[in-house]
Amino acid sequence: MSENLIEESIISRPTYGTLAIAPGLAHYFVADASGAECVIRVAQAAPKDFMEKVHILYVPTPGESALITALYALGAKRFEHMVSIDDAVAKLGQWLSEAKMGSQLYLAGTEGLIGKGVAMAEQCGLDHTAVHCEHRGSLARRVQCVHCKTMIEDVTTQPTKCPSCDLLLLVRDHYSRRLAAFQGVCINAEDPSEQVEIKEVFK
Amino acid sequence: MTIQFRNETFRNDFTYANSRSNIPRFPFPFPEDEYMYSTNMEPHMAMRAGSPFENAFDVDEHYVAEMQERALVLADDPGRCQALPHMETAGWDFLELVMVSKARDYPDLFTLSIDGDRWHWINKPLQINDRFTFGDRSTLPCHPMEYIGRQVQGDHAILDQRDGNLWLDAGIITAQADWSLDFDIGMNFFEWHAPVPLAHELGVFQRALKFLLSLPQGQPSRRLNWTLTVNPRLDTSPENYPKWGPDKLAVTPDNIGEKIHLRVELQTFWRLPRSNAIVFPIRTYLMAMNEVVTQPKWARRLHRVLRDLRPELVEYKGLSRYHPMLVEWLAQFDDGAPTSPGIFPD
Repeated sequence: MSENLIEESIISRPTYGTLAIAPGLAHYFVADASGAECVIRVAQAAPKDFMEKVHILYVPTPGESALITALYALGAKRFEHMVSIDDAVAKLGQWLSEAKMGSQLYLAGTEGLIGKGVAMAEQCGLDHTAVHCEHRGSLARRVQCVHCKTMIEDVTTQPTKCPSCDLLLLVRDHYSRRLAAFQGVCINAEDPSEQVEIKEVFK
Repeated sequence: MTIQFRNETFRNDFTYANSRSNIPRFPFPFPEDEYMYSTNMEPHMAMRAGSPFENAFDVDEHYVAEMQERALVLADDPGRCQALPHMETAGWDFLELVMVSKARDYPDLFTLSIDGDRWHWINKPLQINDRFTFGDRSTLPCHPMEYIGRQVQGDHAILDQRDGNLWLDAGIITAQADWSLDFDIGMNFFEWHAPVPLAHELGVFQRALKFLLSLPQGQPSRRLNWTLTVNPRLDTSPENYPKWGPDKLAVTPDNIGEKIHLRVELQTFWRLPRSNAIVFPIRTYLMAMNEVVTQPKWARRLHRVLRDLRPELVEYKGLSRYHPMLVEWLAQFDDGAPTSPGIFPD
């Protein structure tokens, strides 16, 4: 089902599985448009009363409504669609703060969504074994500029220019779960006159 | 023995140097003529009077200057000192370990008086004379880890132990060999070592973690690690890479002896009594090539080690730009004679 787009790399670089129901008293799903089909797949394979314990947060692509309709039709106990990943993750934080023991979290979609969801779950004290992730869609990365600490969203190129300090950053595979970000380090610090070709690599 | 503290800098004009008598006590990191990663742990027991292994926390002629350098780094970037909320007890443990050790090992420099939880600490070199209540954060000007971290040479990471792993949950890191506490805080042992090449495949980190998880109280361990740094610059952080990266281009055959420094980390590992955390001091020693080659054994051996260093390590340690030049320069000190085993000079 899930095609693994992520090449094997260093240990801090996260890898993700395929969503499947884990035993639990409540099930929280967060997905963006690329992950919506994972939620639908899991719901369709679930036992009859499962949806009564399901809470879904969905971040649609602007203007898209077919997937909203499809997710709504699953009949979850709660379903909300949010305008951004940040809004959805903030809402998840509220939901998890009221959640009971035995809750499970399912994250499906781009790495930005998964990373922020995982960081929120950790902050809320959810055990990491209760967090399930499936990566779908773009490989665009969220990157922290190690020099000026700016968070850069949706990075698709290697290297990438920091919009804040203007340094040309090598996007490393080194990843911080707490920051939900990859590390960006100046690629031509030793010789700033060095020209480096910028290529689109995280598609 | 009275220590003459040097007035020196680790930035801008780089006046740092080792006095003649300090050179032979440098912790030269190569016990043999070749180098490869290993889990080279040994008990951190007192050995060899005058060496950096004599005392729990070595104090040398660079102490005061290093603490001034740390204050400059923290003023520029407070993110170099961070502790996750559950690490305060470990901070007190660390403070106790340093104060008790220093007062015992250097009674002419440090004094500690304990009356129940009322403590009185005198640090003569830094002119500190403070009374506080042990365990009560409000009686110190800052987090206990920061308070004592500003008074002890070397970076200090504090590792929480849970789920069969060690978590980098606190640290005061201002003299690092290119890693970021701000980025790595909260990572487990394997994650924060992830960028190191070869060692994972060799099982080095698996063995090291297994060893550290069962580290007993009162039985600290140590190992040496090394790299090279251009100029005696302690702050080679990734944050400031644009400041120190260009230094590498300034190395020439004429200045290589004064520019390139052997950078050695004396890493020690201590189990802490209340928190069960591990404090991991990373004490950095710097020595210019011109100073290293005053010891003929070290000059021969360093030439052989660097000449035969694996390409992956040349790259990872960031030596690529000047590695061939340095090997050629060191060759003049290597007559091919055999070297004696161990790290100490002949």
